[in-house]
Amino acid sequence: MYGKGLRPLSIASVVAIATALSLVFFYAPLDGDQGFIQKIFYLHVPLAITALVGFVIGGVFAVLHLRSGDRRWDAYSYVSIHMSVIFGVAVLVTGSIWAKASWGHWWVWDEPTLVSFLIVFLMYATYYPFRYAIEDPERQARYASVFAITAGAFVPLNFMAVRMAQSLVHPRVFATTNGGLPGSMMFTFLVCLAAVALLWVTLVKFELTAKSTSGQIKRLRRALDAPAPGSSSRIAPEVS
Amino acid sequence: MNALLASAPALPLDEAGKYVAGAYIVFVLLLVIYVAIMAAKLQRMERELRELAGFAEQRKAEPAVPEREEVSA
Repeated sequence: MYGKGLRPLSIASVVAIATALSLVFFYAPLDGDQGFIQKIFYLHVPLAITALVGFVIGGVFAVLHLRSGDRRWDAYSYVSIHMSVIFGVAVLVTGSIWAKASWGHWWVWDEPTLVSFLIVFLMYATYYPFRYAIEDPERQARYASVFAITAGAFVPLNFMAVRMAQSLVHPRVFATTNGGLPGSMMFTFLVCLAAVALLWVTLVKFELTAKSTSGQIKRLRRALDAPAPGSSSRIAPEVS
Repeated sequence: MNALLASAPALPLDEAGKYVAGAYIVFVLLLVIYVAIMAAKLQRMERELRELAGFAEQRKAEPAVPEREEVSA
C-alpha cells in the first residue's frame, strides 16, 4: 500500500537532484559577496527549510492521530520527524562547514539562527528516548503525538523570533554586489528546494513502506505462530 | 558535454572549493549511510520472509494428526 508510486517518485527525486546540482555548478552565477562558498547555501538552506517544515508536518500528523485515534497517523508523524532529524544533521554539518569557510569558526554561539536551529534539533533528538521510555504502545503513541504537536508549534514561533532578532552576521538572503537575488540564482534555489523536498517525501514514503512490510511480517509470524527472532526495533511504531 | 563545461563558470577549486566539496560530500554520505541502513533492514526482512515461507511449507507438509476418540468406560 505504502510502496505504490515509490518507483516513479524515486526516479523523479534522482532527476530533480541531478538537475539541481547541474544548475548550482553550471548555471547559477558566482555570488558577488561570498564567491564560490555561497554554493553551499543551495544545499544548506533547502535542507533547513525542508527539515523545519517536516517537523511541523509531523505535528500536523500527530493532531490527526489524536483526533482520529488511527495509529497510521502516529506512524506518519514518527517517520516525518525521523526524516527531518536526519535532514537536521545535514543542516548542522553543512552550516558548520560554511561557517568555517566564511567566518573561520565551526560554530558561533552569539548567532540566533544557528543556536535556535540547534535548540530545535536537540529538542527533536529527545523524541526518541521519550518515545522509547514508554512501554505501552497506545500511551507511547499518544504521548509522542502530544510531544510532536508541542514541538511542532514551537518551530514557527522559534523561526519568527529569530527573524525578529537583528543579526549582522548570518546572511538573510542570497546577495550579489548590487544586493537582492537575481533571477538565475532564485530559479536555481527554487529547483534545489523542490529537489530536496521531493527527496524528503520519497524517503518518508520509503521508510513507511519498510515499516509497513516489517509490520506485515510480524502479523504473518503471529498468524503462523512462528517464534520471533527478537531483532526488530521497538522504538518505531508498527504500520499495518 | 564539452560545450556545457566550456560555457560553465570556472570552478575555483582552491580554499573555498574544498569546503563546498566537503558540504556536498557530507550530504551524499548521509544519503549513502541511510540507504545502507535501509538495505540492511531489507535484507533482514527478506531473511525473515524466507524463514516464514519455510515454516509455512513445513506445516503444510506435516501429515494431519487424527484426533483421538474418547472411549467412555
